[in-house]
Amino acid sequence: MKLVYFAWVRERIGRPGEEVSLPADVTTAGDLLAWLRRRGPEYEHALAEPRAIRIAVDRLHAKPDTPLAGASEVALFPPMTGG
Amino acid sequence: MPDRITVRVQSGRFDLGEEMARLRQFAGVGAVVTFTGVCRDEGGRLAALELEHYPGMAESEIARIATEAATRWPLIAVTVIHRIGKIAVGDDIVLVATASSHRDAAFAAAGFVMDFLKTSAPFWKKEHPAEGKPGEWVEAHIDDDRAARKWR
Repeated sequence: MKLVYFAWVRERIGRPGEEVSLPADVTTAGDLLAWLRRRGPEYEHALAEPRAIRIAVDRLHAKPDTPLAGASEVALFPPMTGG
Repeated sequence: MPDRITVRVQSGRFDLGEEMARLRQFAGVGAVVTFTGVCRDEGGRLAALELEHYPGMAESEIARIATEAATRWPLIAVTVIHRIGKIAVGDDIVLVATASSHRDAAFAAAGFVMDFLKTSAPFWKKEHPAEGKPGEWVEAHIDDDRAARKWR
């Protein structure tokens, strides 16, 4: 699965994205956040406040309980500030 | 209707007059409302903003919002242009233009599109201060969430 990061999530993790293989027990967007946080201090720094992180699954806004089955791209980013 | 929804994400400037001229040519148009968002200097503190976006999703979210507006109000055409990259103080950031037969629909739809664009289109602003290095990411405003919720 492809992960992409934007704004301060990208800066804190230190890369714009990456390819990952998810363990079988990571089945929702919320599971993914929790799993990523355990991957290292940069992830913990970026994702420490899960409520401040927005998730998109295949370019549609998602919630923590959104399933990841069949998804090819998941994006993590801060609340949006365009306009 | 969808062919009259125009969405562009671009680094270059847009020409309000040109966009207005394109909208007013559609049959039945009696009202065009345009909103232009401009880069503020925040009391002299800022020199520019840098706009980052999620390519693909930024366009599709704006199109989804514009399409939703067209189901709520009798719109004839909608144009949304959002700029990306470094935008100097005083320059335009975003254009929302709605065309309808009458003003009520055009006014309401422009507000609706702008309110949802701010809370659900994936764009982020980073501040470039007048003095010093590129600084902080702009924080989302709770008022923007409230503004979007009032349409539900």
